[in-house]
Amino acid sequence: MSTTSVVASLNNVTRTFVSKRGDVKALDEVSISLQQGKTLALVGESGSGKTTAARILLGLDQPDSGSVNILGSELGGLKHEQMRLLRKSIQVVQQDPYSQLNRRHCVERIIEGPLLAFNVGDKISRRDKVISLLKAVGLEEEHLRRRPHELSGGQCQRVAIARALALDPKIVVLDEAVSALDVSVRAQVLNLLRELRDELGLTYLFITHDLGVAHYLADEIAVMFRGRIVEQGDRKDVFIDSKHPYTVDLLKSVPLAVPPDEKRQNNMDVQTLPSPNPTDACTYRSRCTVGRDLAQCASDKLTFTKGSPTHLWMCHFPVGGK
Amino acid sequence: MKPADNKLNALSVRNLSVSVPARGGRVLAVDNISFDLPIGKKIGVVGESGSGKSLTALALMRLIKDPVQVDAGEIFMGGKDIMKLSAKEFLPYRGGEIAMIYQDPMSALNPIMRIGEQIIESIRVHSPMSKQAARKIAIDQLGSVGIPEPEKRIDSYPFEMSGGMLQRVVIAIALSGNAKVLIADEATTALDVSTQERVLTLIDKTATERGLSVLLITHDLGVAAQYADEILVMYAGRIVEHGQVQQVFSRSVHPYTRALLDSKCDYTLDVTKPIKSIAGQPPRPDNRPSGCVFAPRCDFAEPACSASIPLLSAHGDAMAACFRADELIFNQEVR
Repeated sequence: MSTTSVVASLNNVTRTFVSKRGDVKALDEVSISLQQGKTLALVGESGSGKTTAARILLGLDQPDSGSVNILGSELGGLKHEQMRLLRKSIQVVQQDPYSQLNRRHCVERIIEGPLLAFNVGDKISRRDKVISLLKAVGLEEEHLRRRPHELSGGQCQRVAIARALALDPKIVVLDEAVSALDVSVRAQVLNLLRELRDELGLTYLFITHDLGVAHYLADEIAVMFRGRIVEQGDRKDVFIDSKHPYTVDLLKSVPLAVPPDEKRQNNMDVQTLPSPNPTDACTYRSRCTVGRDLAQCASDKLTFTKGSPTHLWMCHFPVGGK
Repeated sequence: MKPADNKLNALSVRNLSVSVPARGGRVLAVDNISFDLPIGKKIGVVGESGSGKSLTALALMRLIKDPVQVDAGEIFMGGKDIMKLSAKEFLPYRGGEIAMIYQDPMSALNPIMRIGEQIIESIRVHSPMSKQAARKIAIDQLGSVGIPEPEKRIDSYPFEMSGGMLQRVVIAIALSGNAKVLIADEATTALDVSTQERVLTLIDKTATERGLSVLLITHDLGVAAQYADEILVMYAGRIVEHGQVQQVFSRSVHPYTRALLDSKCDYTLDVTKPIKSIAGQPPRPDNRPSGCVFAPRCDFAEPACSASIPLLSAHGDAMAACFRADELIFNQEVR
């Protein structure tokens, strides 16, 4: 991994949300870096801090400590206008196909929005750009005058992708961008995202709870649990040679659309999952089949173990040994 | 289709049609469907949004309201056609014979009522007893759906509990009337995978223990594959394939089922190739094609497919609604 190809990074970012019922560490010393033209997937369950990481990278939230770097600029030190200009390079597609689009605007106005905000071109050149974007995401000129309610969920998601690409960004944050779509349409949009990335050299931060789509789109995977990255590595490392018990449990929980085994396991524990004990050194300890009763997992501070230059994990007793 | 036999089946649906208003008239959102739910079995109903899964469930609960209407159909439970019962006669059935769990537990529960009161209320609707006696049963039920310290948790408000716990509360309420049929409509869609696994196993275990028959409605093919005995595939308001889970997931007959399985995206997939997606999108109810509803997106469609509607019929060990089913089974390499 040469450092020259890093286009964006979070470095030791911590973000704590203060509430009456106790503080929540949404991010606990999280570091990620996005490589030019590659896709990093952040996976984890709800409340793991995925979206907070995305918001901080987009400059929509500020870290309590740590730094954010986008295309060589430190976010914290930027003036308002500098930040505004930087936003041209980093765009976002969100989960809900309908609510992220202004329902009173037609498709042309929606996709033209970013161009207007930055005064790009004149009316005619903007229209040409909108049409070429529409074609790039698999829609037609006839869709220009439609409004979101006249489109299907998949089409709306294509419009959101076209809008995100309007300013020729370097980085696109995809926050659960295919989670609300039906299976057949999700496959179309995933294929589209991959084509666009490869054609335009885009860098994606792909946020998802779905291991299947992360596996399909990502070069690198970071598995998050309660504000921490517990395992990170190349796709193959994480899926085939999983080290953290949480990654292993997560993979096991995904029901696969294959003919079931003759004898199904019906002996698993159906109790609610235990909540993490805030004093444990490892946040996963209360649910972990390996470390649940081990004192070391409660007391000894964890650091990343580097299995290979591309594979890191945060566990005292990784699956399959160290 | 065989006549409805109430000895082997907990539920028999015959020629059910549900219509919704549309520009210039009404359209069928559920179009003449028939199936049997055998006693003690779990049927997974799969299909994309708009395929009519949820409206079917609501029709079974007799919760269809204007402007949506049940146009035709019989629903047999325990030898009676429940569609013929008056609203008052049906009351003991809802919750007593057939119960339902919904996708979003937060909106299924009253946010300003303690969960205990909500369970006690539904216990007492079905069997009159004192509040204290019902409270004891409620605590037992909370324990049996896997909630730790039920005697403390019973006095919690919904906002104090996680999504997985709330869904367990909803399950406890659904089971409080000792229903024989349970409909789970996307009951775990809003949950994380690890919680989903536990809640589905809980439903599975409870069904086995109590001899419940379950209709598991889901858009997640994996959930259906791992937790159902039979699979019903719906597309644009019709049943296009119905078979045993092994058959549907290893030797599916209908081109839509095959296409749906091809477009799945899980971590066993070969990532070097694009996913096989289905071109186009499901038709809107007011814009259904004539003949076979899947024909415009089907790789195997012929002109005859758009001329008339294929009926669900037996092809080998499967039931499928496709004119070319026998040919496709015979010639598996067509795939």
